[in-house]
Amino acid sequence: MATEFLTDSVYMAVLLTIGTYGIGTWLRKKTGWTLMNPLLVSIVLTIAFLYITDIPYESYSRGTDIIKYMLTPATICLAVPLYEQIDQLKRNVHAVTMGIAAGVLASMLSILALVVIMGLGHVSYVTLLPKSITTAIGMDLSNELGGNVPITIITIVITGITGNIFAERFLKLIRVNHPIAKGIAIGAASHVIGTSKAMEMGQTEGAMSSLSIVTSGILTVITASVFASLA
Amino acid sequence: MRYVFQLLIIICFSFAGEILHSTLPLPLPASIYGIILLYAALELKLVKVHQIREVSTTLIMAMPVMFVPPAVGLLKTWKNIQDTWSQYLLITVLSTFVVIAAAGWMTQGVIRWKEKSHTKSQDNGN
Repeated sequence: MATEFLTDSVYMAVLLTIGTYGIGTWLRKKTGWTLMNPLLVSIVLTIAFLYITDIPYESYSRGTDIIKYMLTPATICLAVPLYEQIDQLKRNVHAVTMGIAAGVLASMLSILALVVIMGLGHVSYVTLLPKSITTAIGMDLSNELGGNVPITIITIVITGITGNIFAERFLKLIRVNHPIAKGIAIGAASHVIGTSKAMEMGQTEGAMSSLSIVTSGILTVITASVFASLA
Repeated sequence: MRYVFQLLIIICFSFAGEILHSTLPLPLPASIYGIILLYAALELKLVKVHQIREVSTTLIMAMPVMFVPPAVGLLKTWKNIQDTWSQYLLITVLSTFVVIAAAGWMTQGVIRWKEKSHTKSQDNGN
């Protein structure tokens, strides 16, 4: 009876999505742990809720169409921070473009090598290819290449959290200490989630990191179709 | 009314991106065309940042919520990866470190190299 009502409800899916995200935000504030990423918490809680209540995924998916419609307009808005930071790019144009290009190439080559070593197939390969770029662009790219979109999103979030937690110590270990280089490395590797860490590290790190989110995203989309044919 | 106008501008660029996506043969998503078009419009001062500031900031901040529904699709696709998820995890974490190292070293290397050649040319000048 209750399941039937929830399955037919117009607002249940949206409420569930925003509500669990709110819980995630609250948990993050309370604990301060990076692992309490609101997006990750929301995904886990929503899946658990649907599983327990036996609500079919299809009806949840239909209910959240309105949320999905806003993703393209929201992604396009990334042009605004890019426009505002372009002077930073122009001042260090060679270092920044070479750094981002190296990051994008390293991402695709390392994924290609590991997929081949582990004997995973083409679908796994294109599912993983967009993992270092921001979710909005990455899920579109995974879709275009024929990847498994939900898994792409999970790997993107895990990548971001990995960068957020370990990038600072790792950069110190490999002796990267220039603020511009640190920002570019974090943004190119771990997109928005890493960038929130870069912003804590310093203004230059933060600006460089957010600049490389959009730039490496676009560069990945352009080169990925070539790489996709390699495995 | 101001926010409706801001949203209208952003939706126009989404629509233009959609048109390019369906007419051009490149494998680029509509959102990338939209970013490029909006960026060009900002550079050319056809659109001013203050004309879209509030709505664009709100949409960017709300973006993570929009990733939840597609990710919940994992419920349906889990069976495809239940045997290989640990390999996915390993690749994800390892390649993240590779990218940090490559981008960090390259950026720092170019900066150092520029500084060096800059001081060298100054030395020659003296």
